[in-house]
Amino acid sequence: MSGLVLKDISKRFGNFAAVSHVDLSVPHGTFVCMLGPSGCGKTTLLRMIAGLDEPSEGAILLDGADITPIPTHKRNLGMVFQSLALFPHLNVGENIAYPLRIRGIAKEDQKKRVDELLQMIHLQGYGERPVSKLSGGQRQRVAIARALALSPKLFLLDEPLSALDAKLREAMQVELRQLQQRLGITTIVVTHDQREAMTMADTVVVMNGGEIRQAASPVDIYRNPSDTFVADFIGSTNLLEISADSASRATFLGKPVAGLALPAGLAKASVSIRPEDVHLTAPGGDAIDGTITFIRDLGGTIETFVDVSGQSIVAVSTPRARPEVSVGQKVGVVLPHEACVVLKR
Amino acid sequence: MRREPPRTLTDYGPLFFPAAMLTIFFVVPFGTMIAVSFFQRQQGGFYTPAFVWSNYERFLSAFFANVLGFSLMLSIAVAICCLVLALPFTYLLTRMSRRAQVLWLVGLLSILSLSEVITGFAWSTLFSRTAGITNLLVAIGIMDSPRALTPSLGAVLTGMVYQAFPYTVLVLYPALVRLDPTLTEAARTLGASPLRAFFNVVVPALRNTIVATLIMVFIFALGSYLLPQILGRPQHWTLSVLITDQAIYQSNMPFAAAMAVFLVLVTLALVALTLFLGRKGEAA
Repeated sequence: MSGLVLKDISKRFGNFAAVSHVDLSVPHGTFVCMLGPSGCGKTTLLRMIAGLDEPSEGAILLDGADITPIPTHKRNLGMVFQSLALFPHLNVGENIAYPLRIRGIAKEDQKKRVDELLQMIHLQGYGERPVSKLSGGQRQRVAIARALALSPKLFLLDEPLSALDAKLREAMQVELRQLQQRLGITTIVVTHDQREAMTMADTVVVMNGGEIRQAASPVDIYRNPSDTFVADFIGSTNLLEISADSASRATFLGKPVAGLALPAGLAKASVSIRPEDVHLTAPGGDAIDGTITFIRDLGGTIETFVDVSGQSIVAVSTPRARPEVSVGQKVGVVLPHEACVVLKR
Repeated sequence: MRREPPRTLTDYGPLFFPAAMLTIFFVVPFGTMIAVSFFQRQQGGFYTPAFVWSNYERFLSAFFANVLGFSLMLSIAVAICCLVLALPFTYLLTRMSRRAQVLWLVGLLSILSLSEVITGFAWSTLFSRTAGITNLLVAIGIMDSPRALTPSLGAVLTGMVYQAFPYTVLVLYPALVRLDPTLTEAARTLGASPLRAFFNVVVPALRNTIVATLIMVFIFALGSYLLPQILGRPQHWTLSVLITDQAIYQSNMPFAAAMAVFLVLVTLALVALTLFLGRKGEAA
């Protein structure tokens, strides 16, 4: 199969399993974001793909060939580090030309390729500048250009945008995604920023505790999280305890949720429902009764916190779609069954 | 933090103590030595105040020029050997576990607690024919019969490198610990073998530290006068040995002082040249 395949990869540091039994297949030309809290093993996994760490078990295949025993410098990959790791003693052009120089490519060809790359990152004429005279965003681009100088098969980025301010980060996310699509290069980005992952990725890989919890498209991850960790980690969500009544209908705090049934044999489960799917109406009827405890008006959206027998449910709506409510008011909470994702506990 | 230049006399207060110590223990003795170097020697070990150039004139001979040249070459050789050994060593040391690093550093520091005389005689025993390391080589069959390795230039060099090595490591260590490890990793992902990454990235990034280390070991080695006598032949004696000889055994203070002043001047000139070349290379 063309592309990158991770087969049952594990990495242990002493007794600590940083990565355990990871299987992943990345088709050629896809953009993958590995997402997870710090310490979840995503960076270790990336470093193993780069060859900077050796897996304790398992194999890494690139286009069908086992690259596990091949040292980093023979793997033909480009990597951008969190610190960027630009060489301080070389100027912009020399930094970008470094991989070409190592391969012994002729001086004129080096210069041609560097000019091409500088144009690609919109930094024409910056070749002679020292790296220290660049802004954060410009350094970022130089690091990307240097990693792509040899048109590698794999493009790896470790928290590449974390040093930039919020505005620039968003702009770079779009730029990085467009660049990847133009070049059609298999790209793996490690990030803890889910917005970043949602913006750029074809496939989001959510990791926790050294394991892959779910690997799917951003929309799938958001709409159909596979477990409570993924549901909770991606975006904000309401996780509600659901139990089945005698007719195997789902009930929340004793009140049936219209149209929702639990899979046969499951007496208890969690339900994830996104705040924007929760509706507020007048109390009574099918709705679940609650009391508003707090309203967060963010201008563009309004978050309403409702207390239902001690559990807090958040509903999000736009200002126009929101019924006029105030703190302390009794309301009815409607949970549309099509928006509820039933998760095993 | 904003730094303002000191304005009032009290702002300079913290400098008084070091300034006084420097004056009493460096400027005054050194000035005395310069003065003595122009004094007239009296037969019988005394000297009288005068202003004569004869001490310096005596120094301007082929013999002393040779000794000076040898001393400088030996010190440069020691500095280069120390750097070549200590740079990879310290680089690997900073990549070890915390515990291993502490053990190595404690071991290296304990070398410094030994007196030069003890290490000198220890090395002369190790290099001797009767009890030296050649006996070990004979035992494992590499050599036919034990040999004396001392006195020789190699023995002098080994002893002096051994003495200066801990200092070299201690000077390099902080700079290497601060060096971003992702720099070499980046070089490796870009196609450089680990060895090449070391020379392409670590060495240039440490340029200034390397120059400073070379100068420090060079000056340290110039002052060595015991090891060349214990481990070397008379032709391996450095200028420092001759200065000691003149000052203590020949009781010719003015001549010893003249040689010392000359040594200081040559050393300063070499250090200035190194720094000048270093700066020029940086600008290019």
